Amino acid sequence: MIEIQDVSKWFGDFRVLSNCSTHVAKGEVVVICGPSGSGKSTLIKCINGLESFQEGVITVNGISVGAEGTNLPKLRASIGMVFQNFELFPHMTIAENVCLAQLKVLNRSRAEAEERAAQLLNRVGLSNQAAKHPAQLSGGQQQRVAIARALAMDPIAMLFDEPTSALDPEMINEVLDVMVALAQEGMTMMVVTHEMGFARKVADRVVFMDEGRIEEDARTEEFFGAPRGERAQMFLSKILSH
Amino acid sequence: MKYNWNWNVVLCRSECAQPYFDWILSGLGWTLVVSVMAWLIAFSVGSVVGVAKTAENRGLRLVAKGYVELFRNIPLLVQMFLWFYVVPELLPKVAGHFLKRELPLPEYWTAIVCLGLYHASRTAEQVRAGIEAIPRGQTLAALALGLTRGQVYRYVLLPVSYRIIVPPLTSDFMGIFKNSSVALTIGVLELTAQSRQIAEYTFNIFEIFTVATVLYMLVTLIVVTVMRYVEKKVRIPGTIAMGGS
Repeated sequence: MIEIQDVSKWFGDFRVLSNCSTHVAKGEVVVICGPSGSGKSTLIKCINGLESFQEGVITVNGISVGAEGTNLPKLRASIGMVFQNFELFPHMTIAENVCLAQLKVLNRSRAEAEERAAQLLNRVGLSNQAAKHPAQLSGGQQQRVAIARALAMDPIAMLFDEPTSALDPEMINEVLDVMVALAQEGMTMMVVTHEMGFARKVADRVVFMDEGRIEEDARTEEFFGAPRGERAQMFLSKILSH
Repeated sequence: MKYNWNWNVVLCRSECAQPYFDWILSGLGWTLVVSVMAWLIAFSVGSVVGVAKTAENRGLRLVAKGYVELFRNIPLLVQMFLWFYVVPELLPKVAGHFLKRELPLPEYWTAIVCLGLYHASRTAEQVRAGIEAIPRGQTLAALALGLTRGQVYRYVLLPVSYRIIVPPLTSDFMGIFKNSSVALTIGVLELTAQSRQIAEYTFNIFEIFTVATVLYMLVTLIVVTVMRYVEKKVRIPGTIAMGGS
């Protein structure tokens, strides 16, 4: 469903992505890990065109993201994305956050949008918060709303950019639980995260990045069992030692 | 100093040689009309220019920057004269003739446009600052949902940025009322002009300018009160100060 071929990107002279290639099949869950500054977030933002890239090709369901004439808003509407800092719109209520793009992008009727919002907020366990504003919710709650907001577009795939990195430890699990349930239902997912427990549990493959390169791209059990690269071994030993 | 205050002057209708009270009322009325209409121009043009200053398109940004520099860097009084005496001459003959001969109350329209465009340059800077105060992640999140650039501004960036800039917008709105007095130089009979006229007729300078002062202060006080109310009304629940996530 998502094909990434030989993608390279520069910020000025600095090369952030070097010939990255990977793919995500329908229903597959792929976790991307690696040290800070390795290009994970940049790569995942290239998939829905939030970041541009100078070389290579990314296709989503056969549509080339970087190509001239691609209807980016339409493409983005079909891919859900969840960010590290939630990025709920502060001036809208929780329900309005989940409805906005349904109304303005999918042109659903208000009744339809509100019904879908209620359904999804119920699913992430927040039906009683619908009338509140984002600043009145905890980080974990906000992130669950952000997931509901993305799901409201009935996406064909979901991208997660470090969804738990800005959360207090006790709130991480409530978000991960929602993501695990989503993965188990067969949602196509690409997740940038350091949560190796999550990766082990639901990921089909793990991609390890370092300095803008994809160093390892292996089935989950292979990756955790015997990572081939020295850099990945070192990374794993560091984050799994506690 | 010994001075015989004569407050009757400012209250005269038919008892005096001229209806001074009516003059004051009419002056106040024009001050309000000119200021409010100028503010409407300032707010709409300023919003467009402010948004253009944050646009991705370099040309658009340059045009907006040029606008702000042009209107902000020339004294208001000079701009008033330029609009009234120079612009009609530079326009095509028909348009110039319309402005000078056919348009009723040309000095009033000129004052409104001039004041509005001058303050638009300031509003533009505030709108730009408000938009830039919003973290980039908000734009990315809105785009990721499939909203177009225009929709991102309409539904996310502008509603939040207007809330952030209510305080500077308030002082600028007050500034318009005060700056509207400059319009007397091109013949607009607003509050200051009427006060001067009454002073020349009666020589009761102290009384009449006391009244004018109080009226200006009253108007700006009302503006502050209304804007405070607006600020409170649009405050986002759960936040103390705006900005950030």
